[in-house]
Order: sequence, then structure tokens, then C-alpha cells
Amino acid sequence: MEKKTQQIPAGTSWLGQNWLLLLTGFLVGAAALVLNLLGNPGNMGFCIACFERDIAGALGLHSAAPVQYFRPEIVGIVLGSLLMALARKEFRGKGGSAPALRFGLGALVMIGALVFLGCPLRMVIRIGGGDLNAVVGLVGFIAGILVGLVFLKKGFNLGRAYRQSPLEGLAFPGALLLMFLLCVTGLCGLFRSSEAGPGSLRAPWYAAILAGLLVGALAQRSRFCMVGGVRDAVMFKEFGLISAFGTVIVTVLLGNLLLRKFTGFSFEGQPVAHSDGLWNFLGMSVVGWGSVLLGGCPLRQLVLAGEGNSDSAVTVLGMIFGAALSHNFKLASSGDGSTPNGHMAVIIALVILLAVSLVMSFARGKEGKK
Amino acid sequence: MIDATGYSCPTPVLMVQKEVKAKAPKTLEVLVDNRCAVENVTRFARNSGYAVRVEEREEDFLLTLER
Repeated sequence: MEKKTQQIPAGTSWLGQNWLLLLTGFLVGAAALVLNLLGNPGNMGFCIACFERDIAGALGLHSAAPVQYFRPEIVGIVLGSLLMALARKEFRGKGGSAPALRFGLGALVMIGALVFLGCPLRMVIRIGGGDLNAVVGLVGFIAGILVGLVFLKKGFNLGRAYRQSPLEGLAFPGALLLMFLLCVTGLCGLFRSSEAGPGSLRAPWYAAILAGLLVGALAQRSRFCMVGGVRDAVMFKEFGLISAFGTVIVTVLLGNLLLRKFTGFSFEGQPVAHSDGLWNFLGMSVVGWGSVLLGGCPLRQLVLAGEGNSDSAVTVLGMIFGAALSHNFKLASSGDGSTPNGHMAVIIALVILLAVSLVMSFARGKEGKK
Repeated sequence: MIDATGYSCPTPVLMVQKEVKAKAPKTLEVLVDNRCAVENVTRFARNSGYAVRVEEREEDFLLTLER
């Protein structure tokens, strides 16, 4: 049996522990700016929820014509994480921690994100672009996380995962790679593709996959997560992750200023955004609460899926399913505002989150033994 | 000893935090099965004044916290 022992003294050097996180935050912000310059939609250089929604559209799971495109960024993140995990011998097939619940929570997170119009990552990119609606979203996001943390402190968890075969861990990254290869070899005609609207605005595929690979690899290495930032700051008084969160905002803001794209902070006239404050707040509350129960933001789920975690792969599939529901049943907002169906869905999502939180904190029942 | 194998973060850190708050032990052994948990538990332990010894086993990591 191989035995390696490492001795780590007490005490800390903050920068020594967190420089990689700050670098990841900078790179994520820079990637968003560059991809935006190369053609991705406004304040949407890099958005996990939006891109998964576009993939759902490309696969014909919904028929909203403006948001259909097989986004290479998503493939890049998962494969970047996979390659980094393989290089660092961290790749492991594992899963079996409440997959059906995770699928459902993933769907709820996506529904909330599409009422707000963006995942946590796009939220900070929107703030850096001067969109004050996203600040309202941020307040809701933090509120949702804080509610989730109450249950985490009471003992909430989704149960343990188990070792699975490497093939189980490779199934999801492999499927993404296969579909991506079908795309770049010209067989993408199979998939739907927007001719107008956000889905038609796209950076060249090679730039998109490269940015995804870089972000995925660095995020795997640094454990970058938008939800973990607030969580760790509140629960453990650790500020590394939340500093990375801030770094994204600062990078995007400075980048927009340098590129003379910044037109000041305002609520109105923001790209792919609306000003229904209450629903921006509640939509992101669902995202924050759901993500903290899932143990990570949508980006983190992609990275974990790349490491061989099939629970996270199932969560991503749940998010894609949630995107399909959102656009098939008019739950998703648009630049014109949120929808009555969206309001109803957010309220139902909050009730489900409360029920899941209560049951998995206080009445989990017996789980299988090791 | 805390067995946190199978759990993903933040659960392992929460388990350690609970034990440290309740009993403030001089030494504490924690078993985890992924690098992320090793890093997070180690960071929490160091910030709480513990030195950490990480022993890599075949599938798992045994962390020994001491102060």
C-alpha cells in the first residue's frame, strides 16, 4: 500500500492559500470579456445557465428559436476539469448521493436562473457591466444562501456518495465530447441553431472551447465556486472564495472601462435583462438556496462532473431539463420582463426547497451502510 | 475519529467544526476520500490553530489534527 505523509503546520498565509482562486476569478472575468468581444451576447460572455439553456435548445428539448446553440464553452469546462483531474490523479468515478433529488434541485436552480436571466456567474458579469438589476439579484442570491446555511448548520446533507467505475465518471464528459466532435466536423446540422437572438451571437467555436478548457482546468485546481464564497465567509470566516467572486466583478468592470463599453450603472436598457425587482430577487434566491443544498454553483457542478462525479453530471442534466421546462411553458423571463408562469414556478420552487431542506435536515431516515 | 468518506464539501468541514466547537480536542483524526475535502479541512484546521498531518492511503486520506 502506498503511504505518503505530509506535515502541515498551524497558521496561515492568506495569499499563499488563495492566489490560485484570485487568478481563476481574473481568468473567468477576462474570458467573459474576450468571448463577448468575439461575438457572445452582451454581459453574457460566460454564463453557465444561459449556455446550458442554449444546449437544451440545440438538442430540441425546447423550441424557443432565439436560444439554440451547442455552446462549446460548456464542453470545454467539463473537459478542462477532466484533464486537470487526470493530471493530478484526482479523477474518480463516484456517485449515488441522492441522484433524483439532485436532478430536481438542478432543475429548480435553472428555473430560478432563467427568471432572473443568468446564473451566479452571469450575475457578477452583469454587475461588472453596470446592470443594477443584477445587484438586486445578488441580494436575493445571498438571502437564498443564508436560508440554505441555516439548514446546513442543522445537519442538512444529501447523503454520502460511493465509489463507481471510471466509466460511470467518464460517461457525461464523453457524451459531451462526442456531441462536440459531431458539431465541429460539420454534422452539427443535426442540432438546432438560432439565426437571430442570443443563441445566434457566438464567439468562434475554437475560442469558446479554449476559454472553457482554461476556466475548467483552473476552477478544478482552485475549487472556484460562486456559492461557496458566501457560504465559507459566513460559516467558516474564510474569505478566499468570496475574494475570487469579487475579482470577477472588478476584472469585468475594469475591462469594460478600458474597452469603453461601460456606460454607467443603471436599471434600464441592459442587455438580456429585465427590471422586475421582486422576481430578480426571488429568482436568484432559488438559485442561491438550491445551489447551497447541492454543494456548489452551476459552474462548480460542471467541474465536479469533469472529475468523475456522476451526481454532479445528473445535476447538470437536471439543469438542462429545467431549461427545457422554462422555455416550453413560458417560465423564463425575457428582456420584456418576467412572466406569470415564471412567478408561479418560483413560488413552487421555494416551497419545494423548504420541504427538501426540512426533510433532509431533520427526518432523513436510514441510509445504506458503507 | 470522524469518518467523512463519501461526503462532499462542506459536510466534512462541518463535521470537524462541530467536534472542535463542542470538545476542543487536542488531537482529532478525520478520514476523507477526496482532495477537496483534504484542502478544506486542512484550511479550517490551520485557521483554528491545529497542525495537520495528511496521510495518503490507498483510497482515502487520514488527517491528524494536533495542537
